[in-house]
Amino acid sequence: MRFLLDREQREFARTLDTMLGAADTPAAVRAWAAGDPGPGRALWGKLAAAGVFALAVPERDGGLGPHPVELAAVFVELGRHAVPGPLVETVAAATLLAALDAPAGGPGRAVSRPGGDAAGLLPRIAAGHSLVSLCLLTPAQPYALDADAADAVLVVEGDALRRAESAGPVQRSADPARRLARPGPGPVLARGPRVRAAADRAADVAALATAAQALGLGRALLDATVGYVRDRRQFGVPVGSFQAVKHRLADTLLGLEFAEPLVYAAALALARGAADDRSVPAAKVAAGEAAYAAARTALQLHGALGYTEEPDLSLWIRKARALRDAWGTPAAHRARVLTP
Amino acid sequence: MDLDLTAAQCAFRDEARAWLGRHVPTTPLPSLETAGGFAAHRAWERTLGAGRWSAVSWPERYGGRGVGIVAWLLFEEEYHAAGAPGRVAQNGVNLLAPTLLERGTDAQRARILPPMARGEVIWAQAWSEPEAGSDLAALRSTATRTDGGWLLDGQKTWSSRAAFADRAFGLFRSDRGARPHHGLTYLMFPLDAPGVTVRPIGRLDGKPAFAELFLDGVFVPDEDVIGAPGDGWRVAMSTAGNERGLTLRSPGRFTAAAHRLAALWRERGTPEDTALRDRVADAVIGAEAYRLFTHAAAARLAAGEPIGAESSLNKVFWSELDLALHETALDLLGPYGALADDADEAPAHGRWAEGYVFALAGPLYAGTNEIQRDIIAERLLGLPKGRR
Repeated sequence: MRFLLDREQREFARTLDTMLGAADTPAAVRAWAAGDPGPGRALWGKLAAAGVFALAVPERDGGLGPHPVELAAVFVELGRHAVPGPLVETVAAATLLAALDAPAGGPGRAVSRPGGDAAGLLPRIAAGHSLVSLCLLTPAQPYALDADAADAVLVVEGDALRRAESAGPVQRSADPARRLARPGPGPVLARGPRVRAAADRAADVAALATAAQALGLGRALLDATVGYVRDRRQFGVPVGSFQAVKHRLADTLLGLEFAEPLVYAAALALARGAADDRSVPAAKVAAGEAAYAAARTALQLHGALGYTEEPDLSLWIRKARALRDAWGTPAAHRARVLTP
Repeated sequence: MDLDLTAAQCAFRDEARAWLGRHVPTTPLPSLETAGGFAAHRAWERTLGAGRWSAVSWPERYGGRGVGIVAWLLFEEEYHAAGAPGRVAQNGVNLLAPTLLERGTDAQRARILPPMARGEVIWAQAWSEPEAGSDLAALRSTATRTDGGWLLDGQKTWSSRAAFADRAFGLFRSDRGARPHHGLTYLMFPLDAPGVTVRPIGRLDGKPAFAELFLDGVFVPDEDVIGAPGDGWRVAMSTAGNERGLTLRSPGRFTAAAHRLAALWRERGTPEDTALRDRVADAVIGAEAYRLFTHAAAARLAAGEPIGAESSLNKVFWSELDLALHETALDLLGPYGALADDADEAPAHGRWAEGYVFALAGPLYAGTNEIQRDIIAERLLGLPKGRR
């Protein structure tokens, strides 16, 4: 047993961190929120060149994956830098298509295999040419993320997979960089129990990637806040010397530190192909809540500055609550943890 | 990165499980904080020792099995999953022994560890004093040089297990001119030595879980000093980051309790009570997080990374998790959650009630959680020292 990222995995994450740190992601987030996906797509191309999306695509489709542990490590960095776009949805779509495309044979394969350009999406995802939105449509989740910017919008409704050819008007969301719209109708690509099974698998990968993203987002919020309270002086001393401030930051670190191993354990479970595992919902609850708590701490300890839109901090603060609720609310995942 | 066990680790776990299955008492023992319960737990320590399961991570020559940290964690998981009794030997096995292994002499280890492993000598800790709780360095009890050893004078208090234990260990001021963290000496002494008066103290439920110790010219020979005289603070702190020390408080206790809590929820919970359901789920998630965090810490130790202030993260997390687990269980039990552990009708033989009272102390001993949060903020986050 060696429950620790190896040197290569850490090196890969560090490389992404450095690359994203130099890429002015706040400008890309603001442009994305304003309906200009240009800078975000440029960033997307760099991520693809680094091999990020290939991690979710099987080798036979031009990828390197699936590698859930590496994906988790990557999504921590994407979260740390608040990278915009349907990142989670694209890797979840790759998981869904790969599961349907698996040469498993057996009855039902002919009717469930996606045909036409959907099958061709996998190499395009791996190469970074296709941004894909994915929506597992239920009354609790009527929106697709970033459908206006995506090259393909996939929708699973019941046991049918369709490619939406249009989407409703973008609804402004509490995190403006997450553009939500109702997916429209389109041709059915596959239907049957295998679609359901593939969608469940995709939802687990999406929840894992969202948890990892939340973890990175929370780390960035904590780092920014620690830096701020060290510098900010009131009553003649740094506010970070006050015990009430320290203890709140200590609790924030606690939440993140104990969420991290859950995230990697969930990734390992997905790598083993474990079905009905409780590790994914546990990771999603812990990381989502820890990141949201980090956002609340950042807001509180930055004072009025934290409540102001102009500083880049606001981009991170607003994302935290969205990630906490995306791909399964905390309540839904808590219920799953207790499912016998 | 993996969570896989080696064949040897699986075999070790299976051996432990089989032995525990044959030896763990079918009915929980009475609380170890009572005279009768203490005696029953002492007998259990002897059974454990005879099976060589009382200190598996120690070298074999001292009564251990010389296994690594992962195997130790597996043993602890099996131990608690089997519902085995609380460890009355815990102060000795988990606090004193790591100090002896790191800072003691060969002669001390050979003399003290085997009887501890066999369950023949039960140890109490004697850290706190009336004026030295969180501020441990403020302690005033003294050790005065005498021919062939030291004379102890003063008062210790909240000394866990001291009401019924055989021996104790603690820090004493041996140089009154030195600064607070200097001039302290780490000593061991028998609780029935001339000059020692033990006055049991009832904890919140009245059981004598700890005691006051009045020391009046208690003679301690030089052979019972650990490390150099005056170096006691460093000796005591040297094991804070030790893999056998408190740092890695075994997750087994919490995973087993979380497992029982989830079972209790399925038995007594109502699906509409989502508030309680969420607390049960959080306790289950928390126990798993603690287990995994410990495995990650073990991997870092194996990779040669030291664990220092990180132990404060552990302390805060497990102590608050333990309390949340037990509070949630009592809430699920409704009116039966109000029964004391020794009530005839107490559910689960009083296990939840006893565990709750035990858990209430977690956030305040071994460095209060307020002190731990200061350490986290200052040493892990790099915030400036300031007003307490």
